[in-house]
Amino acid sequence: MTGAGGMPDPGVPDPGKPDPGMPGTGIPGTGIPGPGMPEAAAMSGTAIRIEGLRKAFGANQVLKGIDLTVSTHEVICLIGASGSGKSTLLRCLNLLEPISAGRISLWGQEITAAGIDQNLVRRSIGIVFQSYNLFPHMNVLRNVTLAPRKALGTPRLQAEEEARALLSRFGLLDKEAEFPDRLSGGQQQRVAIVRALAMRPQIMLLDEVTSALDPELVAEVLDVIRELAAAGMTMLIATHEMGFARDIARRVCFLEEGRIIEDAPPAELFTAPKDERTQRFLRRIIAAGRL
Amino acid sequence: MDGSQPDPPVDPFAGFPAASPAAIGGAWQTPGSFGAAGRGPRLLSGGGRRATVISTTSTLVVLGALVAVFLLAPGSSQVRHTFFNPTDMWQSFVGDPKKGYYSVGEAIWLNIRMFLAAEVLILALALLIALIRQSRSPVLFPFRVLSLIYVDFFRGVPLLLVLLAIGFGVPALRLPFVSTQSAAIYGVATLVLSYSAYVSEVYRAGLNSVHQSQVAAARSLGLSQATALRHVILPQAVRNIIPPLLNDFISLQKDTALVSVLGAIEANEAAQIYSSTVFNYSSYAVAAILFLILTIPLARFTDRLIDRDRRRRLAGAAT
Ligand SMILES: Nc1ncnc2c1ncn2[C@@H]1O[C@H](COP(=O)(O)OP(=O)(O)OP(=O)(O)O)[C@@H](O)[C@H]1O
Ligand SMILES: [Mg+2]
Repeated sequence: MTGAGGMPDPGVPDPGKPDPGMPGTGIPGTGIPGPGMPEAAAMSGTAIRIEGLRKAFGANQVLKGIDLTVSTHEVICLIGASGSGKSTLLRCLNLLEPISAGRISLWGQEITAAGIDQNLVRRSIGIVFQSYNLFPHMNVLRNVTLAPRKALGTPRLQAEEEARALLSRFGLLDKEAEFPDRLSGGQQQRVAIVRALAMRPQIMLLDEVTSALDPELVAEVLDVIRELAAAGMTMLIATHEMGFARDIARRVCFLEEGRIIEDAPPAELFTAPKDERTQRFLRRIIAAGRL
Repeated sequence: MDGSQPDPPVDPFAGFPAASPAAIGGAWQTPGSFGAAGRGPRLLSGGGRRATVISTTSTLVVLGALVAVFLLAPGSSQVRHTFFNPTDMWQSFVGDPKKGYYSVGEAIWLNIRMFLAAEVLILALALLIALIRQSRSPVLFPFRVLSLIYVDFFRGVPLLLVLLAIGFGVPALRLPFVSTQSAAIYGVATLVLSYSAYVSEVYRAGLNSVHQSQVAAARSLGLSQATALRHVILPQAVRNIIPPLLNDFISLQKDTALVSVLGAIEANEAAQIYSSTVFNYSSYAVAAILFLILTIPLARFTDRLIDRDRRRRLAGAAT
């Protein structure tokens, strides 16, 4: 990866207080050490700053003013009832949805400003969806190498070498020639994660990546996420797996009706939630046997 | 908004459940559905010797009955003489300029050339129209309106009328170059204009058959709109529409015969000249056979493509 790399030049000063740890050059690696993934993340400070984010679909106000700050290497879980806006928030971060108001900055650089190259921004933020969304007409290797080759211009052989390194790291090397419809759900979801990682993002957004999986396949995907967290990847994870959230998250945010109602470390939020709405949500979850 | 439901989440972006991740693709995406041997269905193989014997017998019986009806009909010998006379068929096939008629066998080459030229142009023009119609950009709004009018117009007006309008109207304009082309060129232009309207709708159906989540996945990786279209959306769209697309091309092959109304000496016109010179219709039988020789391979080719795609995917999975 070259100098300007995955992020727009973060030269614009942060309108808020500047992050002390912000590096001068744009590019950290991915935070994942190991074959094919050289340098560990060199960035620090505030990774994501969301201010007054609003999103409406027509008359339907889905996000009603989200403020959230995520530090580099931090893992945050988003929980909340269906329809509370978790997916929408993640999609806004990846610029898949245009926002209605507010701003989002990565390491001090506003990405929701006019004139920002969205493709450039998306390279530094990987997103993985509940439904995997692998490309069904390509085998695993091509799924993983497509974006590095076509968006970064990595030569084919190099892209394949890097892809194989990632695949083997997550136990998928023997699957490189398979087409997605010949893989189990868990394998597909792991390939989807590898595909996102192949772009060497500095941030990963995971949207209920285990919700579509059979129970016995959930663990293998959660293990991959744990490995990413251990390697220092900055992650925002929407999940219904409360046990997993308690386990992996530094902070858990509870969303309701497009607002962050409570934002606390898991030990606090799950055992002594302050807000009455959080308590109600957790009671329902417990009643449903999901905690 | 429904915040009070404790039941499992329903993600509005999720296209399909885990059980059927391949649901968007249609038939080409279900390898192995015809058995572990990885071969497509064969016309005559129902499985096993017994089935082969039965299918052969029934084929012979049906064919025999049809031939018998034809041969035993009261006017049979007359029909055979006027439509299937071997001497006339041969003569019209090879042609004889001295006696005033053309070779149907040679004339069919014009059909083939018109078909090939039209096919390539249709594939390109139709794709362009489909992409314009699918576009969202406000800048393209007038083009969207134009392409809508175009599609409505050319799907609504009979091909024959368009052919006459262009074949006789354009030369009448007496423009330089444009008005001095051959009948075959006007024929190809008409076929392209008319068929592109249909084929663009086929493309559009194909583009719509690719789930929106595929676009999101491609864009989320940082691929540009054009790259996503080229490598993710179009390949899936085209695979889904190969059968209807080739169906349209089989029609197109036949419709090249309509260009005869402009006087182009293609197979149909050559056959007609023969029949009005010699007063025997066997030349039409020759033309019909030649058209069948063209269209049947295309139909089989369609099957092959679908089959090959499935086999390749199976082979890839086996390693
Ligand atoms: N593309 C869209 N067009 C219109 N409305 C949308 C769209 N996407 C989401 N919504 C609406 O936004 C609201 C929030 O949806 P979102 O998917 O963000 O919720 P969620 O918290 O992810 O729920 P779940 O737990 O079910 O995944 C819902 O009311 C939904 O109907
Ligand atoms: Mg969701």
